[in-house]
Amino acid sequence: MEDFITLVIAKYNYWIYVILMMIGFYAMIGKKNLVKKLLGMNIFQTAIILMFVSAGVKKGASIPILDKHEVLTHGIEAAQIVNPLPHVLMLTAIVVSVSITGVALAVILRIYRKYGTLEEDEIMEKLGQ
Amino acid sequence: MTTSNLHMYVMAAPLICALFVNLLGRRSRTYIAPLTLGSLLFSSVTACFVLANALKNGRMSYTVGNWSPPYGIELIIDPLAALMLLLISVVALLATCAALPTVQREHAGKEHLFFTLYLILIAGLMGLVMTGDAFNLYVLLEITSITTYGLIAMGKGRAVLSSFNYIIMGSIGACFYLLGIGYIYILTGTLNMADIATRLPLVQGDAAVATAFAFLIVGLFIKMAFFPLHGWLPHAYSDAPMGAGVMIAPLMTKVTIYLMFRVIFSIFSPDYAFYQHAIIQNLIIWAAAISIIAASLMALAQRDLRRMLTYIIIAEVGYMVGGIWLANTQGLTGALLHIVNDALMTLCLFLAAATILYRIGSLHFDDLKGLYQRMPLTMLAFTIGAFSMIGVPPTAGFFSKWYLILGGIEAGHWEYVAALIFSSLINAILFFRLIEIAYFGNGDHGHGHKQTLPPTGSAPWYMQGSLLVTAVTLIIIGLGSGQLVQGVIKLALPAGF
Repeated sequence: MEDFITLVIAKYNYWIYVILMMIGFYAMIGKKNLVKKLLGMNIFQTAIILMFVSAGVKKGASIPILDKHEVLTHGIEAAQIVNPLPHVLMLTAIVVSVSITGVALAVILRIYRKYGTLEEDEIMEKLGQ
Repeated sequence: MTTSNLHMYVMAAPLICALFVNLLGRRSRTYIAPLTLGSLLFSSVTACFVLANALKNGRMSYTVGNWSPPYGIELIIDPLAALMLLLISVVALLATCAALPTVQREHAGKEHLFFTLYLILIAGLMGLVMTGDAFNLYVLLEITSITTYGLIAMGKGRAVLSSFNYIIMGSIGACFYLLGIGYIYILTGTLNMADIATRLPLVQGDAAVATAFAFLIVGLFIKMAFFPLHGWLPHAYSDAPMGAGVMIAPLMTKVTIYLMFRVIFSIFSPDYAFYQHAIIQNLIIWAAAISIIAASLMALAQRDLRRMLTYIIIAEVGYMVGGIWLANTQGLTGALLHIVNDALMTLCLFLAAATILYRIGSLHFDDLKGLYQRMPLTMLAFTIGAFSMIGVPPTAGFFSKWYLILGGIEAGHWEYVAALIFSSLINAILFFRLIEIAYFGNGDHGHGHKQTLPPTGSAPWYMQGSLLVTAVTLIIIGLGSGQLVQGVIKLALPAGF
């Protein structure tokens, strides 16, 4: 038990990502309201973004902006600089997630105009008639 | 124009034309057809040269923006990627011939928007087959998905719902893929596929590698609609506008299967994917067999041509996934050959469906009576496509199915062989039932299926022309499949096969 607790505390960022991801996954699969499904998708994507960003963190490291003269005289110490690549990747992933949200909202708007509701079961009822 | 960056022109042509289709098509729709067809024709011709180059010089790596790999994005042009490029541009070109008149009728006034998305989707697919960077692959996967969501939502009826369903499922798939990439990045510190492949065997942490592999493969399974995860596909593809379906249906699933091939062989190794986890390999082949049988049975229950075809697509996904996971030369050859053949077969059947829909305004079986008298050429091409789907020699479908069955026997997976033969029988029943309806039925609609059909007219010559070209190509590829296997696919198989 103690081992497990130290494991949780030592890697708490990954546990948070797993919990957030499960919340998002549940909302996407379990919720009947289409907007809630979309929000679940956003939580899911945010969880992945958090995982990537926290993977780049180093304890006591500074921002990845280098002083040219400093680097030329002393060289780079990789342990002193946060890994910027995951952040850059996640900028792209955020753009992707925003575009998907945009498309999904437009689709939801059209669903609402067509069926007058955003509850999945009510839409299915209307389709069944 | 040097030969070393020809492949960039293949991809750039549709991408740049997408911009101009949007800008000029807004003013007058007369610009749309020449721009779209012109760019795709250019891509097809250039892709021929790329393939010839790749066959002559072998694998080529191209660095975008002069950032050398593993830091920059690397494009890899090997014979298989070049073959896929050619396949995508030719299928897109032929599909466009049918999409133009269909879209003009179904979406008058919105053609420029439709073809903007359409061309970006094609450029995205071309990027997917070339990229050698795992994260770049994710971005391109999402570009193709987002454009597909938009295209599907333009359809009539419940298309918006199908599109939303696809958005949710597709995003789960893409997020799984991204998670897998995250695990791999944390383990190896690189995103370049070749670089990952060299570092991955040195990595400690078996569970983490296995998790990454599982996330990547399941993500792609969702995107390609592999059997238990196929729920989104039938609605999405049958509710999509016909003009979009005719291009999306042949290409999307096939390109995703190619991506799975890439993930297994360029990121991981066949040794890791197939031999270290023999239980998983057996499970996937069983799932493929069940997928083929279940999807064929579901196809049997449909009374609408397009919905029937969407279930056949799911069955064909089972063919190719099973063929790759058989992990022997015959199975891999068959799967890769089937990617090419199935894209053309599906294209042929969807083009025929588009032409029929254009002419008589419905694809319900009751409305297809007497079609052989009304549209003899279309139905001739449809019959060739159907024969290829069943696997009648000398059409293309026979040869790839033959390789797949040989591979199944060699690997001793009899359930897969049985599923393939069963599916051929079901396909025969499906298509002969349809051919009987269309051949012997008389042309009146007196069976209670009366609804107001949309306005109709005879299909333009280029629509039927592209259909006939596809049908002839099926026979040519069938007769030339020996050369195709020897000349291209043998080169594409990884070392050891």
